[in-house]
Parts: sequence; structure tokens; C-alpha cells
Amino acid sequence: MKRKVLFKSTAFILSTLLLLSGCGEENGNGTVEILNVSYDPTRELYQEFNEAFAKYWKEEQGQEVKIHQSHGGSGSQARSVIDGLEADVVTLALAYDIDAIGNQDLLNSDWIERLDDNSAPYTSTIVFLVRKDNPKGIKDWDDLTKKDISVVTSNPKTSGGARWNYLAAWGYGLEKFDNDEEKTKEFVQSIYKNVEVLDSGARGSTTTFVEKGLGDVLISWENEAFLSLKEFGEDEFEIIAPSTSILAEPSVAVVDSVVDERGTEEVAEAYLNYLYTVEGQEIAAKNYFRPRNVDVVAKYKDQFPEIKLFTIDEVFGSWKEAHETHFKDGGVFDSFYE
Amino acid sequence: MKRKRRKKNVLPGFGLTMGITTMYLSIIVLIPLSMVFIESSKLGWQGFIEVVTSDRVLHAYKISFLTAFSAALINAVFGLMIAWVLVRYSFPGKRLIDGLIDLPFALPTAVAGIALTTLYAEDGWIGQFFTLLNIKVAFTPLGITVALVFIGLPFVVRIIQPVLENIEKEVEEAASSLGATKKQIFTKVIFPELLPSLLTGFSLAFARGIGEYGSVIFIAGNMPMNTEIAPLMIMTKLEQFDYAGATAIAAVMLVVSFLCLIIINLLQKWSRKHEMQGE
Amino acid sequence: MATDLVKNEGKHIHKPTAVKKETNWTKRVLITVMFLYLSIFLLVPLVYIFVKAFEQGSGVYFAAITNSDALDAIKLTLLVTLITVPLNTVFGIAAAWLITRFQFKGKQLLLSLIELPFAVSPVIAGLVLVLFFGPRGVMGPLFSELGIKILFSTPGIVIATMFVTLPFVARELIPVMQAQGKAEEEAAISLGASGWQMFVRVTLPNIKWGLLYGMILCNARAIGEFGAVSVISGRIRGMTNTMPLHVEILYNEYQFSAAFAVASLMSLLAILTLTIKAWIEWRAEKQQTA
Repeated sequence: MKRKVLFKSTAFILSTLLLLSGCGEENGNGTVEILNVSYDPTRELYQEFNEAFAKYWKEEQGQEVKIHQSHGGSGSQARSVIDGLEADVVTLALAYDIDAIGNQDLLNSDWIERLDDNSAPYTSTIVFLVRKDNPKGIKDWDDLTKKDISVVTSNPKTSGGARWNYLAAWGYGLEKFDNDEEKTKEFVQSIYKNVEVLDSGARGSTTTFVEKGLGDVLISWENEAFLSLKEFGEDEFEIIAPSTSILAEPSVAVVDSVVDERGTEEVAEAYLNYLYTVEGQEIAAKNYFRPRNVDVVAKYKDQFPEIKLFTIDEVFGSWKEAHETHFKDGGVFDSFYE
Repeated sequence: MKRKRRKKNVLPGFGLTMGITTMYLSIIVLIPLSMVFIESSKLGWQGFIEVVTSDRVLHAYKISFLTAFSAALINAVFGLMIAWVLVRYSFPGKRLIDGLIDLPFALPTAVAGIALTTLYAEDGWIGQFFTLLNIKVAFTPLGITVALVFIGLPFVVRIIQPVLENIEKEVEEAASSLGATKKQIFTKVIFPELLPSLLTGFSLAFARGIGEYGSVIFIAGNMPMNTEIAPLMIMTKLEQFDYAGATAIAAVMLVVSFLCLIIINLLQKWSRKHEMQGE
Repeated sequence: MATDLVKNEGKHIHKPTAVKKETNWTKRVLITVMFLYLSIFLLVPLVYIFVKAFEQGSGVYFAAITNSDALDAIKLTLLVTLITVPLNTVFGIAAAWLITRFQFKGKQLLLSLIELPFAVSPVIAGLVLVLFFGPRGVMGPLFSELGIKILFSTPGIVIATMFVTLPFVARELIPVMQAQGKAEEEAAISLGASGWQMFVRVTLPNIKWGLLYGMILCNARAIGEFGAVSVISGRIRGMTNTMPLHVEILYNEYQFSAAFAVASLMSLLAILTLTIKAWIEWRAEKQQTA
């Protein structure tokens, strides 16, 4: 009797699970589908790029390609891929996040050398967005340390973009104080003393500054700053380029384990390579990412302000080192708030 | 009584319902939740203690517990009042108000967070009145409390409401005809009846408040050592791909919430027994 | 308790008119305070959402909720609720029957365990489901062997929603069934009814309003769940985006009006289910008085 009851309830649960699993999606025939897992500020870029690539692929291979997009914070997107989100390609904010996927053996650890330019087909940098006519007269990183300035940026511990912000300020500090680490630390700390709200993501900071009207200056990706101008009107905000900033290299990679299983290696690789073509580079530039291709760079020369840019490897050695020193629990950033 | 074997129960379905309940609960909730302990055990005892007692994390616990506690307290007081008004009085728009109570359940927490942050910002619709009083709401612990009040309100009201409806008017009328004042009727007759459900409502709102993330994250400001909540600490650990550290913090929160529920359920059982003995 | 009242009998002379006046006065104060409280915490946010939603005119509003991504999200959310609510209802009835009709060891523990999902942070809920069903988890390899996808597809979203809304029906039914007692059911059984007959003829009519009430709350929460689902969904546009996730996406795309438009639709859904509840209650009252 008891066993029968146990059997009945087991059957109930199992049939429930079976019912659930029946809801999974099936791929249609003929078209190939790939998933691009990306971070927040690239929505507009990939919307346009995907259309262009689908057209290109149809012309080249005669095959329909449907590209699914997923956007979110760079770190949490990387985590989803680690936990089994079947991304054919990842296009994230920083190499560190793709390395984390590599650490789980989902892709080859030499991924960064597989494509040109450190596998970063487009770049960006960190600039300031201020209110129209720059009422506080903000010109460079030094102005952010002044007492009456309210700075908006997001939390480097939860946001990839915010890590670029932090490292840009740090690089400027090192240059200014002749590589004096202590003085640089004080300098960067005094910037963060002026921060009232640390949103958990870069987009959150942008809305805090733009929508809620908080703060005098937003430290932001250049492409985000341009987008804010476009979305909210140039009569409200202004972009200020600091004298020195970091060359932000958002990386892209094919996820080997996924494309091997799904047999999508060819199209996934073509997808990323297409980012390097003139068409791909133009789309990136139109969406305010700095292109790599010399011709396209020349064409869009007037769009981007001239800034002295340093790379993360030049100043910090590597992402891993930068992370260990600055953003790890108990690292330099944490010490600001002790 | 204690030693006597329980009366033969003629009702069917013990095995079946026990089976369904435990199986379903185990598969959907308990076994997945055990992952918290399995994953965090990778740290070892030493590592575990180190993570959950670091300054930042302790401070985040403090903020989470304090704001959740104040919010639950506010909700207990006003929730009781709202339930009372909704059950005992009739007035125009009552059904609408009654329906509104569940809004916090249905609204995605992120929307609630965004709306509340804008409303309670310094020049927001509501925030401006607080600014006059020189009180900052958004991006302070007070703001977190506001969000948690919003999230927890339905728990208190919805748990008290049915019980209040069940308290028989005759009991009150009897007390009243015996000459008890309104205040006496409330404190001596109604309140003791309501206390268990009030406690449940309070503890559910409290437990929910400790864990709330979506709405709080917008209004908190997330300043380290000031307005960082415990779930945010979990997120920061996860962002560094530190699953073990994240689950360690989660384990502490889970244990506290669970103890909270157990204590309340025992209290209720005790008060029910107490009541029966009194009769 | 009674003795206290008797003691006071001599001191207070019962004046019905005075009491009535006091009641009116308290009533007014209480209602006013309630309106104020609910206004600053519920009503103003609700109004704000609608104001924001219509800020750019009704064209933008209707475009936002009829756009194909939005429709996909609405469909997915409805599908998830359609699976979750009935399953949790079956569970809720079973659990409430077990807890209110039988004595057994560990009952308080079981009750607390049933309530646990209320107390688990959605962040943790999503995290543990990912750990459990993920490739490094216990079940992940098993399911992928069978070719069943749980995480980052509909089943995962359903499970996360089931997790979060699991206690509602049970929590709503337990006090009702406790108050009801089991005499009627015992009578039915001793008169020779089968278990199923007893349930349909005796139990169900007694608990139907509480049951509906629990289902409606479960439904409201299932529509609105964000935290746990966002971890487990993978956020693939048009495929695994639920309504709350779609709201977030729109907001992050600076389409504030559209975001609030979808949010307002969700509050309308909630209000709709609550109107059904009000109507059911009204009918219940009518039935009782009749």
C-alpha cells in the first residue's frame, strides 16, 4: 500500500518534469541559428550588425541565419555561459570575463590571439558626460577630485564598465604623479569620495545621471556618452574628453565547446570576422565605437575626440593582475571604504 | 494524553499527500537549496568564517537586518490597521483599495525600484516634501526601508485579514455588553486573537525583506559600508566568479530566515495550545 | 479574561451613543491614515507608472505592448503562469490536507519548510537552481544526457517561478482548513464515501474561496517574478524573455515610456485578477446571506 502511494507520487512528479521538458524549443530546418551573448551597451550595435551579417551570409552561402541576442551585465552574462547558456559567440566588455569562461574549458585559453587586435574588433574609451555648458568647468581627471563636484559612476565590483573607469583614472594618476602608487591611490580615492551613488551596472549609472538628474559628471564609456547625447538631445549634455584615458578593448570570442556541439563553427567564426570588415567597422563607428580599420578610422576622424590612450597591458600588465590588485575582495578599491 | 496513541484517523490520503508534499518540496526547493551548503563547504570551515565575518559583509548584514526589521515593524503596525479598516468599515472605493494591496506582488521588483527611486529622489513627487524637512530618502538606509515596506505590505495585510474576518462579532458584543470599553475589547479580546497572524505576517515580511534585491538595488545607492545590502554582497562575489563565497553569504541568510520562520511557527503553536488551555 | 471584564463592570456605565460617536471618529481617522499610507507607498507609484507610460502619447504606449518582442514576452509569461499555478495548487491542497488533517512528528518543521521560499532571496533562488541544474551540478549532466534543456529555456523559468510561488496556495488554505475542522469529512468517510468523493463533495466546497484566493496571489506573483527568473533565463530576446525581463530591457534601451507601458500592463493584469477575486468574494458573501 505504502509503496503504491510512493510510486503514485513519484509518477506525478516525473510526469510533471516531463511535461515541462516538452516545452523546450526546437530549431527549424534550413536556417542556422546562433546566439550572441553580449553586454549592455552593445544592443544598438548588434541590432544593426546582425541584419548586415544575415544579408552577407545569405549572399555568400545562400543560407538563412538567425542571430539571437542576449544582453546584460558583462560578468553575469559570462556566468550564464559558464552555467550552460549555449552561446556560439560571446562579445563582452572585458577580456577578464572571457578568460573566466576559458577557465572552465569552454573555449581555448589562447582565444585572445585568434583574432586580430587582441580579439577586440572595436574599441572605446572612458570620457566624461557633463550637463550643458559644463557649469562646473570640468576639463580633466583632476577636476573630479574637487570638493564640490558630485561624480556618478558604477560599482567596479559589479560592473565591467566601471572597472575601465577606475583603471582610466588610475592610469592618469600614475602619469601625473610619476608612477607614485601611494599618491595615485589617494588621487583615485578622492574621486570615489565624490561618488554618491554606485549603481550596480553602467547603464544604471547613465540613467541615474541622465534621467534622475543626479551629479555633475558621469564617468562613462565613450559610446554610452554619445548615445546619451543622441537619445536625450545635445542641448542637455556635453562630452568632455580628458587628456589621458584608457583604451577599452571589449573582446569577442567563439565558444568552442558550443559550436563544436552545435556544428556552427563556420558561421560563428564568419560572424566575428565580419566585425573586422569595412562594413562591420562602419557599423561599429556609426554606433560610436572606435573602429580599428585605418580607412574607417580616417572616415570617422571628426566623430571621436583625440585623447592620449594607454592600454591595460602597458600600465597594469594584464587584466588578471589588474583584477588581483584592485578589484579582488580586500583589494585597493575595497581599501577606499575601510 | 501524551502517552496515548493517537486516535485512529479515518481520513484517507495521509500517504498520498505526504508523498506529494515532500517530493514536490524536495525537488523544487529543498534539494536545490542544499546546493548552498554543498557549494559553500568547498571553502572549509576557516574560509567560510572568514568570508561571512569580513567587515563589509557584516556591515551589509547589519543594513539588511535593520532595514528589513524596521520595514516589517512599520508594516505590522499599518498592516494591522489597514486590515482592520478593510474588514470592519465600509467606505467608497473599498474594493479598489483592497485590490491595490497585492500590487507589490504583481509588479516586477525592478519597476517598483525604479518608480520608488524617482518618486523619493530629492526633487521627486514625494521626496520633495522630505527635502523640506531636510530628510534624504533615496540612496540612504531610509530609502531601502521604503522599498522594503512596499515589498512586505501584502504579507502582513493578507495574513491578518482572514483571521480578523473570522473573529466572531458576538465575542466582541458579549464583551461590550459586559461593559468593556473599546480599548479593553481590542487589547483583551481582539489583539490576542490576532497576535499569531500578526507575528506570521511580520516574520514573512521580515524574511522577505532580508533577501530582497531587485527593488532595493535602485534606491540603495550601494555605497560600501553604508548602503550595501547582503544580497548585493552575493552579487559582488558572483561577479568575481566566486561561487563558494557567494553561497557562504547565502547560507547565513538562509539559516537566519529559516530560524525566524521556525520560531514564529513554534510561537504560534504554543499560543494556540495556551489558548485552548485557557478555555 | 472574563474576570477582568467583570471587575470593570461597575466603573463604566455603558452608553451606546457615546461609543457610536467614538467609533465614527476612530473610523474616520483610521481610514484617513490608511489612505495616506497607501497613497505614498502604493497609489502614487502606480499613478507614476501610468503617467510615465503615456508620457509620449498613446501611440507609443500601444506600439510598446503590441511589438513582437513584447508579445513573445507576454506569451511566455502567460505560459509560465498557466503551468505554475495549477501545479502549485495541487501541491498546496496536498500540503494543507496533510498539515491540517493529520498529526505527525516534524509538522512545524514541514510548515516552516513550505514557507521557506517566501524567505529565500530571489538572488539565492536563481543561484541554487543554476548550481543544481547547471553543467557542474547534480542534475545538469543527467538532463543533458537525456537531451533535456532546463536552464536558459522555458522549463528553467517555470521551475524558478514554481520555487518562488510555491507557498501561496498552501499558506492560504492552512488557516481556512484549520478553522473548518475535520468533522464533516470524517462523517462523509464513515458514511462510506470514497476519498475522492469526500474531497469533491465536502472539502472542495468548503475551501473553494480560500483556494481561489491563494491561486490569484500565486498568479500575481508568478507574473511579476524577476530576480530568480533573470538569473535562469539567459535573456534571449524573443525566446526566454518574460514580461519583467522585457521591462528591464526596454528601460536599459532608454525606452522609458515603453518600459513603463509594459509595466502598466502588468499592473493591469494584477488588478484584473484582483477584480476577479473581489467579484468572487462578493458572490461568496451573497451566497452566504442567501
